[in-house]
Amino acid sequence: MGVFDVVGPVMIGPSSSHTAGAARIGLMAREILKDEPKKAVITVYGSFAKTYKGHGTDRALVAGLLGFSADDVRLRTSFAIAADQGLAIEFHRSDEEVDHPNTVRIAMTGASGRKMEVLGVSLGGGKIEIREINGAEVALNGEEHTLITVHRDQPGIIAQATTVLAIGHINVSNMRVFRSAKNETAVMIVCTDSPVPNEIVHMIQNITAIESVVTLLPL
Amino acid sequence: MYKYEYKTLHDLLALAEKEKTTLSDIVVRHEVESSEELEEKVRAIMASRLDVFQESIDAGMKDPGKSVSGLVGGDAHKLAEKAPNLLGPLAHKAAVYALAVSEANAKMFKIVACPTAGSCGIVPAVMMAAAEEMQTPRPVLVDALFTAAGIGAVVSRNASVAGAVGGCQAECGTAAAMAAAAVAEMAGGDNDTILQAFALCMKNTLGLACDPVAGLVEVPCVKRNAVFAVEALAAAEMALAGIKSVIPPDEVIAAMAEIGRLMPVALKETSDGGLARTETGKAIAARLEKAMEE
Repeated sequence: MGVFDVVGPVMIGPSSSHTAGAARIGLMAREILKDEPKKAVITVYGSFAKTYKGHGTDRALVAGLLGFSADDVRLRTSFAIAADQGLAIEFHRSDEEVDHPNTVRIAMTGASGRKMEVLGVSLGGGKIEIREINGAEVALNGEEHTLITVHRDQPGIIAQATTVLAIGHINVSNMRVFRSAKNETAVMIVCTDSPVPNEIVHMIQNITAIESVVTLLPL
Repeated sequence: MYKYEYKTLHDLLALAEKEKTTLSDIVVRHEVESSEELEEKVRAIMASRLDVFQESIDAGMKDPGKSVSGLVGGDAHKLAEKAPNLLGPLAHKAAVYALAVSEANAKMFKIVACPTAGSCGIVPAVMMAAAEEMQTPRPVLVDALFTAAGIGAVVSRNASVAGAVGGCQAECGTAAAMAAAAVAEMAGGDNDTILQAFALCMKNTLGLACDPVAGLVEVPCVKRNAVFAVEALAAAEMALAGIKSVIPPDEVIAAMAEIGRLMPVALKETSDGGLARTETGKAIAARLEKAMEE
C-alpha cells in the first residue's frame, strides 16, 4: 500500500467498498458498453443487497454509469441526473447465493441499441473486479490500459493479436484468455503498459474471427 | 531495490538517522523513487489531501441534516455550540471536527479515506484543529501527513487497516495512532517521540471490535472517531513529555495483527456480534430492512 492509498482515496462517503467501489464498477460498465447508456437493469447481491440504501450503493452505481468518478459530488443526486439525461434505471435486490458478498449485475442498453451485461464485485478499499461480460468469464480491475477482444475460439488468434501489439511496440503486462467452449465464443484480455493506439486497434479488429475489440483506460 | 524502502518503523527510523533527516523526508524520498514522479508533484498530491480534509470539515459543520438511515448527523454542530466543560480548546475542537468529517462521510460528502472511510475523521480532525490552535505553517502540515501516511503504510504491510481483517483496531486504531504521530511532529517532537506517540496510541486501541449497527458506517463509527481524536492528543502529549511505550512500535503492530487473526469473524465488520446484535442494534437493522422493502 502506497502513501496515497493510506491517505486516500479521495471519495464520496460512506464506504470505500459499498460506495467508491460501486461507483467504479458503474464507470467500468459504462466503459465496456462504449455507448451512452439509456437503460440499466441493476441487480445487487449479498451485502450490497442488504445495505445498499444506507451506503448509497445504488446512487454510486448510477453515478458510475453516468460517467462520474468516485470522488464526484454529483454521486449524491445521480438518480435525478439520470432521469434528466434519459437514463432509465431498474433496480433489483436478489437473495441468490453469490461467490463474493459485494456483487452487482448490470444489464445496459446504449443509445445505439448496443446491449452489454457485466457482473462486478467490490473487493474493498475501492478496488473492484469485473468478472463477467455478456456471460463470458473475465477478470478486469480497471487499473491498467486494457484491450478486450471477443472472438471465435480457433488456433492462431492470440498469436496474430500479440504480433500486432509487438509491431506497435506495446508492452503486455498481463494477459488472460477465456472461452465458453472449444470453437465457441472466446474473450481475450490484454493489459498493457501504454494505451493501444487506434490504428493498432483497427489492425486487431481486422483479424478474421475477431468480432469486436474494446479498449479501456485505467479508471 | 529502493534506497529508501522501509518495511518496519525500525527501518524508517534507522534510515532517517543514517541520512540525518526526518521521518517524513524518508517517506517522501521513498514515494519519489517508487512512483518515479517529481518531488514537487508528490508533495502537491499530499497537499491536495489537506484541502479535502478542510472541505469535509466544512461540509460536516455546515450541514445539520441526518444520514439516509437517520442514525447520525448534527452532533458536530451540537458539540461546537456548547462551550467545553471539561476539554481544553484543542481537544474540544478536534472532537468537533472528527464528528464533522465522519458525519460528512455518512451523509455522502467528499472525504479522504484515512486510512479508511469509517475512520476518516480522526487524522483530519487532529491535524487541522492542532494547525489552527498552533498556527502551524502549511509545509509542516504536509510533512506531518507524510509521516502519518508512511507509518500507516507500515501498519498496512505488517498488520492490516481493514476492519474485515483486523476489526476496528485496524481502522480507527490505526487512524488514531497515525494522528498521534502527526500531531507529535507538528508540536516539535523528534523522530523517536513521533514513533512513541504512535505506539502509545495504537496500544490503547488493541482488541477493538468492528461491530457496526445494520452494517452501516455510522454506529458506533462516527462518535468513535471523535473519542479517538482526543485519545490521539493524549498519546502525543505523553510522548512529548518523554514517556515511552515499553513495547516498541513494531511489536505493537505485530500484536495488532495477531489480535486481528484471533478475533472472531462476528466482530470483524460482519455485524454478527457486539453492538450490532444488541436489542437496539437488531431493532434498528430490522427497521431499516423494512424501509428498504417498501
